[in-house]
Amino acid sequence: MAAPDPEAPQTASSRAKDHSPWNWLLFIPIVLPLITALFNADSPRILGFPRFYWLQLAYILLGVATTTLVYQMTKKRGDR
Amino acid sequence: MWRDHLTEIIVFTALFLLVSAMGFVAARWRAPRDMAHLDEWGLGGRNFGGWITWFLVGGDLYTAYTFVAVPALVFGAGAMGFFAVPYTIVIYPLVFLVLCRLWSVSHRHGFVTPADFVRRRFDSPVLALLVAITGIVATMPYIALQLVGIEAVLKTMGVTGESALARHLPIIIAFAILAAYTYQSGLRAPALIAFVKDTLIYIVILVAVLWLPYKLGGWGAIFDSAEAKFAASPNPNDGILLNANNQLQYVTLAFGSALALFLYPHSITGVLASRNRDVIKRNMSALPAYSLLLGLIALLGYMAIAADVKPLPGATAGSSDGNTIVPVLFDQQFPDWFAGVAYAAIGIGALVPAAIMSIAAANLFTRNIYKEYLKRDASPAQEANVSKITSLVVKVGAVACIVFLDPQFSIDLQLIGGVIILQTLPAVALGLYTRWFHRGALVAGWVAGMSTGMWMLYQIGNPVTGRKHFAGSAFPLSEFGFDTKKTIYVGIVAVLVNLAVAALVTLALRAAKVADGVDGTASDDYFADEGDPRVTPGSTRDADAAPEPVA
Repeated sequence: MAAPDPEAPQTASSRAKDHSPWNWLLFIPIVLPLITALFNADSPRILGFPRFYWLQLAYILLGVATTTLVYQMTKKRGDR
Repeated sequence: MWRDHLTEIIVFTALFLLVSAMGFVAARWRAPRDMAHLDEWGLGGRNFGGWITWFLVGGDLYTAYTFVAVPALVFGAGAMGFFAVPYTIVIYPLVFLVLCRLWSVSHRHGFVTPADFVRRRFDSPVLALLVAITGIVATMPYIALQLVGIEAVLKTMGVTGESALARHLPIIIAFAILAAYTYQSGLRAPALIAFVKDTLIYIVILVAVLWLPYKLGGWGAIFDSAEAKFAASPNPNDGILLNANNQLQYVTLAFGSALALFLYPHSITGVLASRNRDVIKRNMSALPAYSLLLGLIALLGYMAIAADVKPLPGATAGSSDGNTIVPVLFDQQFPDWFAGVAYAAIGIGALVPAAIMSIAAANLFTRNIYKEYLKRDASPAQEANVSKITSLVVKVGAVACIVFLDPQFSIDLQLIGGVIILQTLPAVALGLYTRWFHRGALVAGWVAGMSTGMWMLYQIGNPVTGRKHFAGSAFPLSEFGFDTKKTIYVGIVAVLVNLAVAALVTLALRAAKVADGVDGTASDDYFADEGDPRVTPGSTRDADAAPEPVA
């Protein structure tokens, strides 16, 4: 995968270390679901779901998207 | 009467027997060269790929009790019960990197339990013993709770009796079968059964969330009827939204539970059984599929309100058993044969985590108590044997808890379990990143956190049920002298006290130049991956360690 490589300084090490700027993205799905002010409301409803429910269920997708992105961007080059 | 539920019972029994057969066959699945090793019996050969890990860890974390208790909570309290959703969202990004480090260092050193890691990292048998005992104590009631899940189903099918023995006979038989195939097949049994369990659960829940709203007048009507119920109830803290006083509790409970989840020995067992770091990272992205399922399951609580479900009576006269609302909902709304499938999903859903938990507890006993204190030169075959026997003892204990004690006791213990397992966070999770804490300070922090947590839980009463102590995990901040009605999750406060004490004592012990032991791990160990050689620091143990499993 020829993704833009933010880990250029790492090439000195033969091993993929944990450090990558991409990892900071992981904070988004950790922090957002814990801010009740964002979702503790009834309106707008979608398909009958109050915001409290549809927004928190939508955060699941956000979590999946973020972890997938970070995984893809930080995995070792030439790995399978 | 059970005769009215004959179809359900037949479907339930047939599926139950099917997975029992699978459990015994599992010993030959991905057959090991030599089963008499803890890496084989207790970790399935440390060789599970992405799919197996997904089913195994998913089947392990999202237990039968979760499927029964979360909707029961939503049924009773509303929005507060939905904390399970943010809890299981936050967990994966939180441990995305942490678990990879744990996997790597365990792979390098052949660790089987979190206490093994603590032992080597901090050179402290005492600290490792505390971590092991904490893990065992926190896991035991969790296993017992799986039985509560099965019992809720059996009760709904009318399989009850007059005497305590007759009432409990079905779960005694179920657990005897479970114990037998876990003994024989080890972690391979739940890994194989998890495929059936999760497939059944996914089918049942998808049908439920599509079919039930259609029958009950749509999602809007379901939420409206829930809102009407909570508006009429005298409890100020229920409702389909949070109020000003329980938002802090919601957030701290979700975050604290997330921190606790991967400290539980059984989740670590699932992770260590995976083949490489890639498998773990991919699973952290894929496991939230179960969170979506859990969110939908939680909403079954509202559907039960809309369908006007009445929970079955509880153990004592006049009480009601909230855990039966989902089985009763299925019984009312589904054709008999499909309700049977749904019950089997819950019943089998109890077996997978119960098996993994008993294996995890047995591994802790074997590695960190038996091998450390009773027989230092135990061979791998002896270790595997002790673990197998311990797993039987653990299951007998869990059944005894349910048969002889009030199930409420297990529920209370499980509540406490979340708080106490959090106290291993500094040693296990932070220990993966830093060796800064002094081993003595971590012990002091554990004691402080544990005492704080116990004291706080003891203070919590419930005016509605009349219980004075251990009635929940929401601690009123007014007890600390704040002028507010807000509540906070006990575990978070306890672990903060733990961390503060550990940090202060570390500074004090460093200043006093108290010996701090030798770190048996190197920084490179935390990045090791499949194919990297294992280290052999001692001749006694690692000379006969398992050869590197070939993928």
